[in-house]
Amino acid sequence: MAQAGSDDATPPAGPSAAPPPEPAPAAERATTSSGFSRSTGRARLRRFREAVIRTALLACALLSILVTVAIIFVLVNEGAYSLVGPKGQAFFQQVPFSEFLSGTKWLPSAPPAQRSFGVLPLLYGTLLVTGIAALVGLPIGLLSAVYLSEYASPRTRNVLKPMLEILAGIPTIVYGYFAVRILTPYLIKPAAGLFGLEVNIFNALSAGLVVGVMIIPLVCSLSEDALRAVPRSLREASYALGATKFQVCLKTVIPAAISGIAASFLLAVARAIGETMAVVMAAGNRPQITFNPLDSIQTMTAFIASTAATDSEIGSIPYKSLYAVALALFLVTLTMNVISHFVTTRYREAYQ
Amino acid sequence: MNPDAQQAASEVGEANDAKPSDATAEPPAAETTSPKPAATTGTAANGTAVPRGRWIGAVFSTVCLLAAWFGVLVLALLLAGTLVEAWGWVDWQFLTSRPTGNPEKAGARVGIWGTFWLTGLTGLFAIPVGVGAAVYLEEFASDNWLRKLVQVNLANLAGVPSVVYGILGLTAFVRMFGLVGDNLTVRIPADGLAAIPVPFSDAVIRLAQLEIPLPFGRSVVAGALTMSLLILPVIIVASQEALRAVPPSIRHASLALGATKWQTIRRQVLPAAAPGIMTGVILAVSRAIGETAPLLMIGTASYIPRSPGGIESVADLATGPARLLDVPFDGFTTLTLLVFGWIKEPESDFQHVTAAGVVVLLVVLLLLNALAILIRNRFQKNVNW
Repeated sequence: MAQAGSDDATPPAGPSAAPPPEPAPAAERATTSSGFSRSTGRARLRRFREAVIRTALLACALLSILVTVAIIFVLVNEGAYSLVGPKGQAFFQQVPFSEFLSGTKWLPSAPPAQRSFGVLPLLYGTLLVTGIAALVGLPIGLLSAVYLSEYASPRTRNVLKPMLEILAGIPTIVYGYFAVRILTPYLIKPAAGLFGLEVNIFNALSAGLVVGVMIIPLVCSLSEDALRAVPRSLREASYALGATKFQVCLKTVIPAAISGIAASFLLAVARAIGETMAVVMAAGNRPQITFNPLDSIQTMTAFIASTAATDSEIGSIPYKSLYAVALALFLVTLTMNVISHFVTTRYREAYQ
Repeated sequence: MNPDAQQAASEVGEANDAKPSDATAEPPAAETTSPKPAATTGTAANGTAVPRGRWIGAVFSTVCLLAAWFGVLVLALLLAGTLVEAWGWVDWQFLTSRPTGNPEKAGARVGIWGTFWLTGLTGLFAIPVGVGAAVYLEEFASDNWLRKLVQVNLANLAGVPSVVYGILGLTAFVRMFGLVGDNLTVRIPADGLAAIPVPFSDAVIRLAQLEIPLPFGRSVVAGALTMSLLILPVIIVASQEALRAVPPSIRHASLALGATKWQTIRRQVLPAAAPGIMTGVILAVSRAIGETAPLLMIGTASYIPRSPGGIESVADLATGPARLLDVPFDGFTTLTLLVFGWIKEPESDFQHVTAAGVVVLLVVLLLLNALAILIRNRFQKNVNW
């Protein structure tokens, strides 16, 4: 904007005043071809229009920053420290931070006497689901990336890639449906029945499995990009040393792409932590710390979604607890995204 | 698998163990230093380790193959399972009925209209802003701190969980931070216009006056604004990639002919980047269609019998176009919210209704995806700079 303004300030008086970096603006052509007085008016109008458009586009770009600011403001205002509205009403101004972090009971909507705001059960639920998802999704995603980048023929690639893109495009609610109506009754129940285990219709295992499937395309496509960025010469050098294809993959290509792979893992885990619908539907809504993945649990996201859907009284503590949990969730995923960004930019091996 | 792999690798020799990581750090140096270990390890591998290495290699490639097809298998399982459950339940009656407690008569009409209006408004908000931001970042911004900040910010926004957007929407659009008094209504054009002696001003107001209730409440416009924020990073990043693919020579040629910056962008760069932008936009919009979590917080969680604006069919739209103005401020439900409601119904027949809803949703999304792939393939072939 500032540059555009200075453009305006220097009317097309002479070629010496022309801004050097960009090709000559049309205004100058106009001044040389037709009369001075008429063309300066037209050129000014044109410059004004250009400046207006430029400013409008800048506003569009700045909107994205505004969104981040708004998110942080909303979460902090209701969760941590009230900046606007009634003072001292934010969640952490009423509930001690230590209770939030160390309490093992999450009962925000109970009658006031029995209320308890320990976030650990929610955190544990999130960790359980994310852990199962990572166990399933990360290796399968990485191995399919290796397959696509190192082994698959172009024809197979052309079939597999669109399939994985479709998998990535399936909405999470459909995965939730899949977990509740197909995975649990037809796969998990019979399998657990063999060992005489009891399965809750809503269980952490089914949620973890579908979230794992959900992150496969993400891991696969990002890791594949990293693997394909490894230059051919490295592979050929490795082959020349007598390595087999398997050794080339494991000892040369994957180590060379490790920063991209690590970043994809981090993004996938962040995605699994933030995943909501599949977990709301499949894992149930019982905040508890249990080591049985066949039992139902509640994650941070599930709590937010299910509590916001019910009309809890605005300004009440159960309502504020939403923001506190969302703030925790936001910080966790933000940290992972920042680390992932750091890993890709700092540890990227630049070839060529 | 993994211990075996380690073992096989270690048989190749310790020297080789260290080399690949060196090679990653500085390829040219590796080329000059590695031949010596190559000679020794090469013979070692030829001597004893090859048969075993080959066996492990075969296992590894098979495992990779299985992993790659695993996703496809799940996709097939998902589609097949849903289709079996929905068989015979997706029919005209399902598409045109309102949701009721009777599974035989339940339908998705309200949800289909809700999704339609919500997605349309979302596109209306998000596409111009998203493409505009991308144009600014690619065509105008110099490589300064502001551009870097926006870029990092976009990467982070793309990773923010959708429930957090839901919280933002709930606070900023549904409640407007509680700063706006209850049930304030803004009218555009304002009522005062009727007093001004302009011909037909009264008639204009009666015909088409936009009544905007503030705060928005759980309305279509609140949902659409939230969704716009959610898909904005996706649109910006996709559009940026499309703009970057347009070669600079096109811009230089246009500028050399005396076009202004904006004329160049509008007449040369944007048309050239349009297919890429459209592909990204379609994918972003299909994300908006499938996204549920923020709407769970903003949309009406329970069933509502009425479509936004009372428009239940295309005929309604034709006979009462003024109802369009009511659409953005009406309560709504979407296909995804209906599915979420149905899945919790205890009656077993609702399982089929749920599956039918999922099938409709998937058909819409697959069509959009196919369209995006079609556009991409078609224009990729035609363009040769």
